[in-house]
Order: sequence, then C-alpha cells, then structure tokens
Amino acid sequence: MQEKSVLEMRKIYKSFPGVKALQGVDFTLREGEIHALMGENGAGKSTLIKVLTGVYSKDEGDIHIKGHENAVAIHSPQDAQKIGISTVYQEITLCPNLSVAENMFIGRDGGIMQNWKKMNADADKILESLGIPAKSTQQLASCSLAVQQMVAIARAVDMECKVLILDEPTSSLDEHEVQKLFGLMRDLKKKGVGIIFVTHFLDQVYEVCDRITVLRDGQLVGEYEIKDLPRVKLVAKMLGKEMDDMSDIKSSEKPYEAKEKTQPVFEAEQLVSDAGIKPFDFHIEKGEVNGFTGLLGSGRSECVRAIFGADRVLGGTVKKNGKQIKINKPIDAMRNGIAYLPEDRKVDGIVGDLSVRENIILALQVMKGFFKPFTKAEQYAFADEYIKALSIKTASADTPVKSLSGGNQQKVILARWLLTHPDYLILDEPTRGIDVGTKVDIQKLVLKLASEGMSVTFISSETDEMLRTCSRLIVMRDRRVVGELKEDELTQNKIMSTIAGGESK
Amino acid sequence: MSQARKQVKKKFNPAVLFRKQIFIPIAALLLLAIFNLIADPSFYKITLGYNSAGDPVLSGYLMTILDYGSELAILAIGMTLVTAASGGQDISVGAAIAIAGSVILRVLCGTDSRPDHMQAPVIVAFLIACVVAMLFGAFNGALVAYFKIQPMVATLILFTAGRSIAAWINNNELPIISDPSFAVYGGFIPGIPIPTPFFIAMVCVIITMLILKFTNLGLYTQSVGINESSSKLNGLDPAFIKFLSFVLLGLCVAVAGLIKVSRLSSINYSVIAKDIEMDAILAVALGGNSLGGGKFNMTASILGAYVIQFLTTTLYKFNVQSDALPAYKAVVVIVLVVLSTPKAREFMGKIAKSLKGSERSVA
Repeated sequence: MQEKSVLEMRKIYKSFPGVKALQGVDFTLREGEIHALMGENGAGKSTLIKVLTGVYSKDEGDIHIKGHENAVAIHSPQDAQKIGISTVYQEITLCPNLSVAENMFIGRDGGIMQNWKKMNADADKILESLGIPAKSTQQLASCSLAVQQMVAIARAVDMECKVLILDEPTSSLDEHEVQKLFGLMRDLKKKGVGIIFVTHFLDQVYEVCDRITVLRDGQLVGEYEIKDLPRVKLVAKMLGKEMDDMSDIKSSEKPYEAKEKTQPVFEAEQLVSDAGIKPFDFHIEKGEVNGFTGLLGSGRSECVRAIFGADRVLGGTVKKNGKQIKINKPIDAMRNGIAYLPEDRKVDGIVGDLSVRENIILALQVMKGFFKPFTKAEQYAFADEYIKALSIKTASADTPVKSLSGGNQQKVILARWLLTHPDYLILDEPTRGIDVGTKVDIQKLVLKLASEGMSVTFISSETDEMLRTCSRLIVMRDRRVVGELKEDELTQNKIMSTIAGGESK
Repeated sequence: MSQARKQVKKKFNPAVLFRKQIFIPIAALLLLAIFNLIADPSFYKITLGYNSAGDPVLSGYLMTILDYGSELAILAIGMTLVTAASGGQDISVGAAIAIAGSVILRVLCGTDSRPDHMQAPVIVAFLIACVVAMLFGAFNGALVAYFKIQPMVATLILFTAGRSIAAWINNNELPIISDPSFAVYGGFIPGIPIPTPFFIAMVCVIITMLILKFTNLGLYTQSVGINESSSKLNGLDPAFIKFLSFVLLGLCVAVAGLIKVSRLSSINYSVIAKDIEMDAILAVALGGNSLGGGKFNMTASILGAYVIQFLTTTLYKFNVQSDALPAYKAVVVIVLVVLSTPKAREFMGKIAKSLKGSERSVA
C-alpha cells in the first residue's frame, strides 16, 4: 500500500448473469482528497461503490484500507462501516420524524440504555465542528434538504470514517445548497478524510475535486489529476471516443442562426417542468429528425417529458403550427398528435401482464374514449397489422408482453404510438438494451417516418446513432440547453466539445 | 339445479380449463362438493315448502348458498375492481352496508321508527342509499387515490366509524318495517320459490358484464393496477380510475345493504354484515385474482363468492361454532395467499413442466 492512500482497490472483478460489470478495476483514494468517480450508464460506478460498501461481494480482487495489514473482507454494509467506509446516498436515507441527534446516533452500538443528554451534547459538538446549521434536538424534517444531506454526512463522518462515499449528493439541491455542501466537503478534506464523489455534474467535478477516475463498460479508463484532464477530454474518455483533432475544439462556437424557412410544427418557449430542468426553447419542423444529446442526467429526458406533459409543467408555452396549445397531461399531448416512447421501458412503457394486443391498442383506445372500446376484431386487426409491419416476434397477439424480449417489447410500444398516427414522435432511448438488429430496424424506421412527413425527436446515449439519424442536435449540460448543432457541425468532436462546454482550452 | 350445473362443467375440456384462472374457484367448488357428497349426501337435499305467507319456497343448504352467496357476489364485483385498480382492499364494506341499510330504513320510516306503512317508495330509499354509499366510497377513494394512503389504512377509518354513523342516522333507534312487501328483496317474490337475492345478484352480474364489454373499465383498471406510471404516459388518469373503483364498490354496497335490511325488515347496527369484507376479499382471492392488483377475472371472483358461501354453509352443517368459522376460513386464506406467491408459482411451474414432460414421454 502506498503511503498516503487510505483505500486501494486492486483488480476488482464482478459479474452478473450475462454482464461483466467490473473487469479488473483499480481504484486508489488518498488521504484528504476529493476523488470524482465518473462514467456513463453501465460503466460500473455503482457496482464498484456497492462492492466497496459490501452490498455486493466481489468475484475477485483485493481491497486495502489504511490501518489494516492485510486485504480486508467486506461482506456487508456493517463490515464496511466498521472499517471506516461510510456512504451517503442520493436519496436521504435518514428518518425525517426523528431528531437530528437521534438520526446521527441511531443504530450504533451502545446497548439499550441511552444517555439522551450526552447524545444531544455530542451531536451539537459534531454539528458545530462541521459548521452545520442545525440543532441536535430539531426534528430532521424541519431542516432543508441540504442540511439533511449534511446531517447524513455528519452521521457518516462521526463513525470514524476514513473513506466517505457521496453518491450523487447534489442532485436534489439548489445551487446555494450545493455550495454549503462543498464547504463541508472541503472541511472534511482538511481533516484527512478521503472522499469519493459520484456525480453527473461536470461543473461540480471541476469545482471541488482533486482527481478523477473514469470507468467505461466495466473497465478502468484511467486516473487523472484534475488539472491534466480538460473537460473535453473527460467527456471523450467517458464516451469512449478519441478527439482526433484538438484544434477543432478551439474554433469559436458560432451562435445558432435560425433559418425560418418553414413554420415549425411544434415549438416551445421557456418551457420548464418540476423535474429540475432550466427553461428551454425548442422547435421542430415537419419531417425533421432532431435529437437531445448530453451526458446521463443532463436533462435530455426531462425536456421531452416536459413537452409531452409527463412531468408537471410549471411555465412556458407550446405552439402547434403557430397556434398556442395547452399541455398539462399526457392525454393533452396525445390529442395534439404527440407520441412519447419513454426512456425506461419496464417502468414507464409496457403494461407487463397485459397482452401484446392490449399494449398496442392502449394509447389509441384511451384517445378514443372510455365508452367506445374497440371490438375484439378491430383489436386483433390493429395488433396483427403492427406485429407484421414491425416484425414483432411473439407467439400470438394474446401473449403477455412481459414474456417478450426487450427489443420486441420496445417494438410493441413503438407500435402503440405509431397506431395513434402522431404528427410528432418522441423516442427516448428507443435502442437501449436491445439487440443490434432491432437497433438498426428502429433507426431505419425513424428515417422512413420522417420522409413521410412525421417529425421525430430521437434521444440516444450513443452519439453514433444520433449522428446517423438526426439532422439537428440540441446539446444539454447540467440540465440546461447549451447549444444546437446542425449540418457540418454534426461531428463527434463538436458534440463532445459542446457537452464539455465551459473552458474549451 | 346442482345437477344442471355439473353437466355444464363436464362439457369443458379439462386440459384447457387447467390453464385458466377460473380453474381455481371451480376446483375449490368441486372439492367442497365432493367432500359433502361423501360426508353426507343429504347436504344436497332441497325441499319445497311454504313460508308464513303461504308462498312456495325452496329450502335446503344449496338454497342457503344461493341466497347468502348472492350478496357476497355483489360485493365481490366491487371488491375485484378496487383490488385490481388500487392493489389493496376496502375493509369498510361491512360498516358501509350498515350505513346504507340504515339510510334505507330511515327513508322508509320517516319520522316514526315503527310506521304502519312505508313513508316512501322502496326505490326512492334505495336510490338515496346508493348516493350515500357512493359518497362514502368516494371518501375512501379520495384518500387512496389522491392522498395516496394505503387502501386498508384509508378504509380503516370508515371500518371503525361506520357502524356508529349508521346508528346515528336512525337516532340509535331500531326501526322496524312491518310492511311485508319490503321483505321481498331479501326473501322470496310471491310465487317464485328461488330467493330474490339470487335474481338481484344476476342483474348486477349482467350489468357488470355489459359495462365490461361496452366500456373500457376493464382495460383501464387493469392497466392502472399493473403499471401506474405507464398508464399515466398513455393518457390515463390513474388516480381517477382508482377513485372510480371505490365509488363503484359503494354502489355494490348499497345493493347488498338493501338485501341485508330487507331480510330482517330491521337492522342491528353492530351485527349487520359483520366480517363480510373478509369474505368479499376472500372471494376475490379465491377467484385467482392477485390481491396485489392488476389483471382480474370478474367471473372467477363471482364464482369465488359462491364458493366461500359454500364453505361457510358446509362448516355450519358440520356444526362448527360461528365463533370458530374465521379460523377455518383463515386456513383457506393462508393456502391461497401462499399458492399465489412467486415462490410457490415457480415451484408449481416446475412440477407442471415435469408432468408435461412425463406425459409426452408416455405418449
């Protein structure tokens, strides 16, 4: 073990049925540093954290902790806590109806007897030393989210922790609260705690972190000093694309000039929803395929969900063919000819126990109305038509949709929306987790639909796919629209530099 | 009657039946039927007699099942919808029946608790009871759908308060309707020897089937119960569907309330329809429907209701104390719930596969 390091993970392997989640990953954390762990979806970040905290047991590899001679064995979260690894999760996992002090000391050993006075005094001492604006006897729920998050950290830190894992602690905080949290993190750093910081916000990484470890597809890409890794390179490493021409990035970003050739079919102005995105403008023309791109958590899905009315819309206007329309609920959007294939197929897409037939007709049936059910014959006609058109592999139209493969489930949902004959089709990650053949089918279908006059928004984590299908890309970073790329700007490099944004040195 | 039913059953192809959900209540019914046949065939004896009014009535255990199973079947209709949409159960139906019954009596009695003549037509009293019961259903539904309270907890309120409300509606008096025409709904229509509740239940069943056929109630309810988030993105309003299911259960409660008070021509606030919610829930479960919501089979639930009554009557026949009845039913509940868990299903799936395999090898 190196002198200054508090944690070393060596050659960690972890497999799940069908997935190699971690393949020989190394990770080193030094005393008094804030270390960002970065990676896109499926990179292995959360698996690595879960191995470290004892939620998963590793298949192979060693974990060394400062103060322990040999490799430590971590079999449960309790083991991890005992050897000084504490975790604060994205969702606050404290009890809001207990007091701050109770939350800090709950579940510690100390027997049945409890000296309340001492506990409160101890809690106050810790809170004061960390500069957390809360009182020990205050009910946790009465604190702001940031303070609750800090109490969670205080609880973690007090367990004599050497390693503090912060898993997306800032995602529900506002900017002011984030600053408070960063203050606390810097204090802890001075006290010698090693902090692992997992976040999707690039700005935050460059604000507080000393070092970055990048993972991709379960493998270690590398460990970097923050000053050696400009944003563009970080994005490139996360996405796994090489920047082939660095000079390209430096070229000044031309402001997007809107050519008002045709009337947009749909346009949105200053649209904002309760999902935490900044107000954004948007428009799409007839027969156009555009896309939202950005890293995971940048707000791609939230934008299209706002257009569809899937999240609560807080402000802004939406126009269809120049006429203002009101979209408060998905049904409003559907009646205006918008269709939305959601990002999470299992949670938001399929109705698992219902048959393929019922899943296909569902949206159109809802549009048609409660008192006008399709006859069985009509239902079968619709289902059979789309099973054939999209070559959905299913035993019959009556098979429960949950028993189909992922790609075929996705086709069923696609069929559901195509059946409504929308003017505007939103596809949010339609190709995630499905086989290559189906991916190509879907891309081809998108282009075909557009050539027939349908407007399509296509979102994908794979930029190659976006480049192949979209004629215009809207780039997002940290829940903000930061740029729009079209025509010859549509290159891998340009996308990455726009995503990275900020300093393009 | 029983002969006719059995013949219908024989026409089904058992292999097809085995795979269907309705197999569960049918199997339970057959089991009970065979048990009674062996234990004491006199269970199936039906006698034609005359009641105090001189009208012909059929009596016997099977008639009891038909009679009391019918009010359960009506409740099972509403309970199936609530279960499917909300993934929980309404435990306040017994108390709500007390309220609905009390409202009917109050309207019929007017200001006098023991009138010589009914002060209002029964249909008016019934319609008012429907409105009241649906309002209480709406109360439960609002708690569940809009305030996101667990159904059992939300309906616990009415479960606790309902019987007091029922007593309060009649100023805690015991109204008695002496007019024999009111006893028809829970007894016999003069000249027809089959209990009226059976006909009422059949009307309810037919209306329900028509609603399920000519509206999207079934599709929407199942969709919301299976995947609320997905249903929302398909333009449904999951909260309203849940709310609606409780209101419809309220309607079923009013019908059951009419039958209940008509049987006595009076009401006993603390005893009327006691524990009937458990039987209604059991009917849904026995119909093979998941108590966690989602897909449902209405026919199976209704059949389940009669099977529950079959079980209750069988237990009575064998002189099981009414206090001990719940313990026996609890055994049935345990078996059903355990059998419907994923673990048990997996296990049964394996057995079914190995059975199929051996069948094939034999063939």
